[in-house]
Amino acid sequence: MVPCHEILDEEEVKSLLERYGIEKEQLPKIKVKDPVIKEIKAQVGDVIKITRKSATAGEANIYRLVIG
Amino acid sequence: MIRSVPKKIGQIKFGLISPREFRKMSVTRVITADTYDDDGFPIEMGLMDTRLGVIDPGLRCKTCGQRAGECPGHFGHIELVAPVIHIGFAKLIRKILRAVCRSCGRLLLTETEKERYLDEIRTNLKIGNSIDDVVNTVFKEARKTKKCPYCDEEQIDIKFEKPTTYYEDKHKLMPADIRDLLEKIPDEDVEVMGMDPVSARPEWTVLTVLPVPPVTMRPSITLESGQRSEDDITHKLVDIIRINQRFQENREAGAPQLIIEDLWELLQYHVTTFIDNAVSGVPPARHRSGRPLKTLSQRLKGKEGRFRGSLSGKRVNFSARTVISPDPNLSICEVGVPEEIAKELTITMNVTRHNINEAKEYVARGPSNHPGANYVVRGDGRRVKVTESNAPELVEAIETGWKVERHLKDGDIVLFNRQPSLHRMSIMAHEVKVLPDKTFRLNPAACPPYNADFDGDEMNLHVPQTEEARAEAKILMHVEHNILSPRFGGPIIGGIHDHISGLYLLTHKDKKIYKPEALELLKKSRVKELMEPAGYENGMPYWNGKQIFSMILPEGLHLTFQAEMCEHCEECKREGCERDAYVVIEDGILKNGSIDVKAIGSFKSKILDKIYKEYGEERARMFIDDATRLGIRAIMRMGFSFGINDEDVSSEADVRIGEAIYEAEERVRKLIMAYNAGELEQLPGRSMDETLEMNILQELGRARDAAGEIAGRNLGLENSAVIMAQSGARGSMLNLTQMAGCVGQQAVRGERIRRGYAGRTLPHFEVGDLGADARGFVKSSYKKGLSPTEYFFHAIGGREGLVDTAVRTSQSGYLQRRMVNALQDLEVQYDGTVRDTRGMIVQFMYGEDGLDPMKGDFGTRESIRSIINTVVAKRESR
Repeated sequence: MVPCHEILDEEEVKSLLERYGIEKEQLPKIKVKDPVIKEIKAQVGDVIKITRKSATAGEANIYRLVIG
Repeated sequence: MIRSVPKKIGQIKFGLISPREFRKMSVTRVITADTYDDDGFPIEMGLMDTRLGVIDPGLRCKTCGQRAGECPGHFGHIELVAPVIHIGFAKLIRKILRAVCRSCGRLLLTETEKERYLDEIRTNLKIGNSIDDVVNTVFKEARKTKKCPYCDEEQIDIKFEKPTTYYEDKHKLMPADIRDLLEKIPDEDVEVMGMDPVSARPEWTVLTVLPVPPVTMRPSITLESGQRSEDDITHKLVDIIRINQRFQENREAGAPQLIIEDLWELLQYHVTTFIDNAVSGVPPARHRSGRPLKTLSQRLKGKEGRFRGSLSGKRVNFSARTVISPDPNLSICEVGVPEEIAKELTITMNVTRHNINEAKEYVARGPSNHPGANYVVRGDGRRVKVTESNAPELVEAIETGWKVERHLKDGDIVLFNRQPSLHRMSIMAHEVKVLPDKTFRLNPAACPPYNADFDGDEMNLHVPQTEEARAEAKILMHVEHNILSPRFGGPIIGGIHDHISGLYLLTHKDKKIYKPEALELLKKSRVKELMEPAGYENGMPYWNGKQIFSMILPEGLHLTFQAEMCEHCEECKREGCERDAYVVIEDGILKNGSIDVKAIGSFKSKILDKIYKEYGEERARMFIDDATRLGIRAIMRMGFSFGINDEDVSSEADVRIGEAIYEAEERVRKLIMAYNAGELEQLPGRSMDETLEMNILQELGRARDAAGEIAGRNLGLENSAVIMAQSGARGSMLNLTQMAGCVGQQAVRGERIRRGYAGRTLPHFEVGDLGADARGFVKSSYKKGLSPTEYFFHAIGGREGLVDTAVRTSQSGYLQRRMVNALQDLEVQYDGTVRDTRGMIVQFMYGEDGLDPMKGDFGTRESIRSIINTVVAKRESR
């Protein structure tokens, strides 16, 4: 039911930000108290990669910044 | 690139403004009611004091030193001789007066109660809830207290007389007394009443100082006679100052109490109308001419007020509005503009070496001969109106660097719009075609995107004024560019009604068309040469309808699809289809099948979709123009009409319809009998009653379909209504069924009609009758006519439909508005991401797949399939 959430390592975060030419703050956000974030034990400031089913693309990757 | 983190508005706080603040922000006290002296210069400490800002050119503001136009204006103030109630707070004052002690001014609740309410208010504020409920109970509870718990004073009930008078028993409370009492309320109690004592003390609802708005927001206008005419607000301020002065003089002279009270009331009246001139119970202040004054509240409120009229919506120049009417001979990207309008709307030409002769021609023709000019702007920027008399002079004087405001002429790009502008196709760029008469002319094929018809619709036209705007309109908004809808990736512009009927009649089955007819049909199209004839009869060449249609198709077009009239048989007979519903186009030749909505209709056209995507937008536009013209000529040649007798069915069919319905009624009766006997087989998950209802509904539905089937077959395929329904031009088989067969069950909320009297719908039926006709089954057809009871049931069902539409439009309108407000700033970037104006990412890939729905095949990703089909078809034909 819950799509796959993973924490990106620093290298991946860097390349992600470079790919879109953005700062971390421009990413969509997710709260630390979100059950999924608690489950994967991510910290504030981490970037999460979500792989979820998409009606149009089959599967889509979304990135979110964990905030307090 | 480092972007700054966007700033957020932390909070907005509303409060009352205190007299101290009024004085602090004031630049001067206003004491004289006069505006200008005899020389036309603003009087000092008058209403037009130059410290309040300037509106006359040449003067400088004494406060900020800026000129008219630069100076934003500054507030002044009037010291009111006696306090007056602020009309906006009259009700609040009443509530407070009733809740506080008349002697010590404390809130009439015990300390513990106050603490409890305060606690509640604070928690509500903290979690962002409304405190209205708590505050209302505070006022309600406090009013019940008859004796002050602090000073033991007996409370007297306050009577309130609209708009601004308060009585204690029979004794009238003057605003001064009220203010004194409100001042006594301790800050802690104010908080319990839901107010913040720092930003809103209750006594500030009684005015002692009145702010004088800056002159810049109440400019006076100089009439042609040289007389000055003041703004309504200035008039009102004059009244206030005059009464204020009279009040003071009278009081100083020791006038009797009665006179003082009268003057006080007068002052109250003027201040009230200054704030709001539409208070119930107060006669509106009027201008000398008898027109009610537009005071502060009137400036803000309503459709034409500041918010809805000036901030959310604005008016523009270079626009026109009139009724629309159809002209099928115009191209879909043209719009017919009345000459009168073309002479009023102008386009500014910059005169250069290259167009100076053209410009001279326009000016020479003057303002009243059509492609003429209304104004010229000389090299030094002076605007000169072109008149019949000065035109020859101006023609001689024109040189490069001048500007000529010439009339709208054929080929100019204009924007055409119809409200409600719900999607981007509601405003499109058209090319002007100047025509006689007074309506805008529009090709009926261009109606679907605007959702326009010609029953009195009006549309707006805007003339872009810069080269950039025109280029942008042409590239992005041109009708050609909007043939495909981004909503579903299919054409939104295409044949409608008669275009479809016409082409269907032309292409259905084989029809012989001789040369004169063929030429007539194709007269207005771009076809210049007829193709090889299908055969010769008596030495005369003839063509068939499919060939005529093929001549407007582009070469090399390959397409196969099932027409609208296809019945989706178990096994498709393809080319052998006896309904001629299998459309085959090979190399731009219609080999098989009839043309109907699915071929050229708006929203559905397969051919148009294909042409647009393979041959480009211009070719698609040409095809629409040709196809619609051909369709209209075809329908005119063949003749097509529909009258009341086209709904007639033979008496034999009539009997069969009657039998079918009688049988159904019989079965319903049996169902009811079974139900009463308890023998009805219950459906899973349904009660006995529901089972019966469902069975009856099903039975009657089948009866109507059967009636329709009989009627439809009896009318035959040659019937105009059947042709329209089959080709998808207009109407459906259901409409036909209702006209010729049987109207069917009327429903309210999806159920048979059961409301009315106790146990029955109408007194015509017995209590508890569950039969077909007692519960709204209409067995007559529209042609035959409805019986009185049927008519009544039909009206019930019809009314529900009307209410539904009314509710739906308002609801979906609001939904759309909220959606637009939320999404309007989002933009698809070149890297495919969707971001807002701050650069925050909303989607990492537009729609997650990054596809443009406009470019897909009717909104699917399967355009690859159509490409393969084309390639295969091309190879086969080779």
